[in-house]
Amino acid sequence: MNLVFDIALTHIRFRLRQTVVGLLGVATGVGFSVMMAALMEGSQRDFIRQLVDSLPHVSVTDERRAPPVQPAEDVYAAVTFHGLSTDQGRKGIVNPLATVAALESWVPGALAPSVQTKAVARFGGRDTTASVIGIEPRREIHVSQLARQMTHGDLDALFKAPNAVILGDTLARKIGVRTGNSIILATAEGRAFLAQVVGLFHSGVRQIDENQIYTLARTAQVLSGRTALVNEIRVRVDDAMTARDVAARIERQTGYKSVSWQEAHEDILSAFKIRNAIMFMVVGAILLVASFGTFNIISTITHEKARDIAILKSLGLKERSVRSIFVIEAAAIGLLGCLVGFLLGYGLCLGMGLIEFKTGFTDAKRLPIHYSALHYLLAGAVALASSLVAGFFPARRAARVHPVEIIRGAS
Amino acid sequence: MSALIGLRGVSRMLGGEIPTTLVADIDLEIESGKFTAIVGPSGSGKSSLMYLLGLLDVPTAGEVTIAGRATRNLDEDARAELRLAHLGFVFQFHFLLPEFSARDNVMLPMRALGRFSDAENRRRADALLDRLGLSPHAGKRPDQLSGGQRQRVAVARALANEPAVLLADEPTGNLDSASSGQVISLLKDVAAAEGRAVVVVTHDQGIAAGADRIVTLIDGRIAADQARAAG
Repeated sequence: MNLVFDIALTHIRFRLRQTVVGLLGVATGVGFSVMMAALMEGSQRDFIRQLVDSLPHVSVTDERRAPPVQPAEDVYAAVTFHGLSTDQGRKGIVNPLATVAALESWVPGALAPSVQTKAVARFGGRDTTASVIGIEPRREIHVSQLARQMTHGDLDALFKAPNAVILGDTLARKIGVRTGNSIILATAEGRAFLAQVVGLFHSGVRQIDENQIYTLARTAQVLSGRTALVNEIRVRVDDAMTARDVAARIERQTGYKSVSWQEAHEDILSAFKIRNAIMFMVVGAILLVASFGTFNIISTITHEKARDIAILKSLGLKERSVRSIFVIEAAAIGLLGCLVGFLLGYGLCLGMGLIEFKTGFTDAKRLPIHYSALHYLLAGAVALASSLVAGFFPARRAARVHPVEIIRGAS
Repeated sequence: MSALIGLRGVSRMLGGEIPTTLVADIDLEIESGKFTAIVGPSGSGKSSLMYLLGLLDVPTAGEVTIAGRATRNLDEDARAELRLAHLGFVFQFHFLLPEFSARDNVMLPMRALGRFSDAENRRRADALLDRLGLSPHAGKRPDQLSGGQRQRVAVARALANEPAVLLADEPTGNLDSASSGQVISLLKDVAAAEGRAVVVVTHDQGIAAGADRIVTLIDGRIAADQARAAG
């Protein structure tokens, strides 16, 4: 074995307690960094997955981002209109079937036209406002998770009864309704009809489960008083991350406001960026503290070994060889610390993954953990780099020791 | 005889508010095959002279040559290479690495020089230890050896790379008389039988009396340089 390695490893072996303390410092830093990164990314991915799963990737609505240019503005440059408001009622998407067909020709994914309206759901003297979404079940299965979220009945049941509806399970509990019951759906315009509950769904997002009712598109059109109305086209793209680009292209093509899931939740995604920055700072701080431990240990060893360093230099060892001895020791502590830290981090992730928690907005579930080799690589690289830096400075100081000063003092 | 180490007008001053002269105007040549004793009262500059001879210190004036090569402008790495290849050191304290066995300590300079394989280094180290009567202790660490044994291991380490010059600073200062006799006899043998230059810094008049040459230092200057008549 190379002499420098041999001396370094001998120091480590003979100072087992110091080595173990330093190693544990690095291991704790790496372990907790891995756990924290897995937890943070896990929760972020879980949240985004829920967003992506429970909502369309792109929602094309019968609105426009800016009021259309008025004919007078086109003709006379001096004319401007201020305070224009949209129509009271929603016009709906013009010629929806042709629009859907045109989009289907290039959109990488599935589309489903739908009708959205508001109604009061009433049963046995209890009522609540709900969002009624008229869907085409054959298409709906391709754009949402509704079919999988059914807890009672299935989507095809919508065809099996007149005015059939599927309710969010929380909404059903709220008004005390069960599958097979009939409820009254009434709109603000005074239209009302009896609807039969043919199924219940549970998305896991409370806001959806206590507010949404699904029915056939034509039933929703009757409820809104507008036959042939389609006021939303929902799109599920093959790659959810391309939703923003797809939405922009749809908007350019149709002129209708197309909102990707990223745009709809821009605030949350921005919050994630801040949260990630905070996470990296905290993880960096943890690893920095661990590197102080390594610095302390290498400083102590170089102090204790000053006489050995002097004699090695007097024998003819070069400064860089002496420096290498202690840098290797720091690297070994860092490397072993990383390996133990990886095991610790993995164990912590497994342990954290067993913890169940519940918020007011989602179901009870286990802490979401995302396992990624990148977390280990990053934590390991930072820990190793900080160990090397922490070891380098005392090593450099040790290598510069003038042997005569030490030998004189020791003789 | 050829000069292995030559000092020409060498001085070593310490800076500071009150400059101190360690050695001044030293002209000295160290020749092969001679056992040279450097003597003088405490503070006369004996050890400082040895550090200059051994390239462990740099003169503030004058020139030190090793095998005819000037060292004034050499950097620390080049000086280290010269030390490793041409010089061996024995100090008052053995300075063995405590975690390594006697054999491993002897092998240190060999491994640093990298001239031979590990197996050959080991064979040579064992041969040296055998010559010094330390074979049974080759695998022991310094804390398992007596003071005399440690110092003999230190001599073996100093001889590991077969240096042309062996420099010893009070090598018997911490030893009892029996161990002291063993070490000095060993050093004399190194000079006489192997033709190496041995320079011993000592307070011990008995050791000095047995030297081929006695250099006496007083206040950092050579006060006397006496060669013992051959025979």
